[in-house]
Amino acid sequence: MAGTSDLDVAYVARLARINLTEDEAKIFQKQLDDVLKYVEKLRQVDVTGADAAAHALPVFNVFREDAPRDWFTATQALSNAPRQANGLFVVPKVVE
Amino acid sequence: MTENELAALSIADLQLLLRRREVSPREVIDALRERIEAVDPDIGAYLSIDIEAATKEAEHANVDLPLGGIPIAIKDIINVMGQPCTCASKILKGYRAPYDAAVIENLRAAGAIPFGKTNLDEFAMGSSTENSALKSTCNPWDLSRVPGGSSGGSAAAVAADQAFGALGSDTGGSIRQPAALCGVVGLKPTYGRVSRFGLVAFASSLDQIGPVTKTVRDAALIMNAIAGHDLQDSTSLNEPVPDYNASLGNDLRGVRLGVPKEYMIEGIDPQVRAAIDAAVKQLNSLGAEIVEVSLPSTEYAVAVYYIIATAEASANLARFDGVRYGYRAENPKDVLDLYGRTREEGLGPEVKRRIILGTYVLSSGYYDAYYLRAQKVRELIRRDFASAFEKVDALISPTSPVAAFTFGERGADPLQMYLADIFTIAANLAGICGISVPCGFAELDGHRLPIGLQLLGKPLDEARILQIAHAYEQSTDWHKRRPPITSTLPKV
Repeated sequence: MAGTSDLDVAYVARLARINLTEDEAKIFQKQLDDVLKYVEKLRQVDVTGADAAAHALPVFNVFREDAPRDWFTATQALSNAPRQANGLFVVPKVVE
Repeated sequence: MTENELAALSIADLQLLLRRREVSPREVIDALRERIEAVDPDIGAYLSIDIEAATKEAEHANVDLPLGGIPIAIKDIINVMGQPCTCASKILKGYRAPYDAAVIENLRAAGAIPFGKTNLDEFAMGSSTENSALKSTCNPWDLSRVPGGSSGGSAAAVAADQAFGALGSDTGGSIRQPAALCGVVGLKPTYGRVSRFGLVAFASSLDQIGPVTKTVRDAALIMNAIAGHDLQDSTSLNEPVPDYNASLGNDLRGVRLGVPKEYMIEGIDPQVRAAIDAAVKQLNSLGAEIVEVSLPSTEYAVAVYYIIATAEASANLARFDGVRYGYRAENPKDVLDLYGRTREEGLGPEVKRRIILGTYVLSSGYYDAYYLRAQKVRELIRRDFASAFEKVDALISPTSPVAAFTFGERGADPLQMYLADIFTIAANLAGICGISVPCGFAELDGHRLPIGLQLLGKPLDEARILQIAHAYEQSTDWHKRRPPITSTLPKV
């Protein structure tokens, strides 16, 4: 399913835990190949002396008091669960 | 005063009537409801409205508070306790917010009434609101055209007098661009100025909440309520908040405005360009000095954005897996099947595309080439603005290179849609503030379509861009023009 870039949509979709139909994978492959071709222009930029900006503004090491406060009860936290039982989220069996 | 006249008021004017007890908060809710019933079947701005809750709050409203008794529409990506928060995605089907976002707490503290949740591109990913998995929203100026996006529901609601003001979120232009396309005001505050606690995260180093309003003064009034430090958002800035309303009304003598030469690209619609040129002259005649500036890294902004935003989105959206909230695929055979099918069935194509791209640019072997490099170019873009702001107080550009486009016009090719954000994206990458204000109309197929002027300001300099935008707005009557929906669409 390889296109014009190194991206293998079907493989990366599996990493991202998204099932795709073959048709979808084919369309995305073409569209994302185009996007990756477009972003190739970043290779021309001279980035010498530029630190990677993870953030727009220089704010580091933000701390707050480690103090308890009222927050969700277990019932509130579970209020949107598609399946729950005994105060827990229910998921398919993970270990045999 | 008829319901329609009441619904057409600005927040500032409504505030006066409420304080003089000439109208009650209950009557305001009723007028808004009637207006919405009359026009929203055609516009489609709202995803949900809890009239009962709003009416109840109106009955206890304290009109002497800063926004006392004023209903504010909320983009449906911000949590309002007890209300749905769909993000216009099927994957949040059935979800009800168990808490209020910080901005909602702030609005309530100022007396405002959160009223209705507005449509958006799914998870705020898009520039036309066409990516909503739940509903189409039409541009009130021409129903065959998009309202812009991703805060298209908020902008269309305000433009069509279905909301006095609204909150949106802006990751690459999602407040400013729909405001421009719908002929209203939209402000993206400085990164960190407004708490994002309770905003469903799309790209955490870019997202910011801000107001969509009929006038610049109204944007200032909402900012007074929502800006400020919040311990629940570690990116929130602990800086004093000025009275944004107080700085309005000054003239522009001594203000220096920069026109970035790289922004005068081909591909700007000639009518948009003419409107911006006229606005620049107008600002000059109001006393502002106009100078040309350079932002050399401009052409890389869209590429940087689509690497950083998708990378962050791929991580942020991992939480939608069918376990804790929202949609879950039926009868999963194991946990991977649960994740894979929940996300297949629950997410729309644009969201899937971005998660896949984001996963790829962060993956081993490609991280340095894409993500790390994009972050470095982001730093160059940030420096461009820093050096431009040594010479000028604010920058001027179009908000969007084109007026509202028709449904489907840019949908087939994601890259074309991405390029629609060319003037707004850099502000998010640099963390600076920006505002879009109406500056004229384009004539297309017999319709008048609004054009937006964008002003970009230094970090934490919202007061300045509001002041400039206000001075410009008051010298024109663009903001007084209303879309022709009442006359063309007799309803109910």
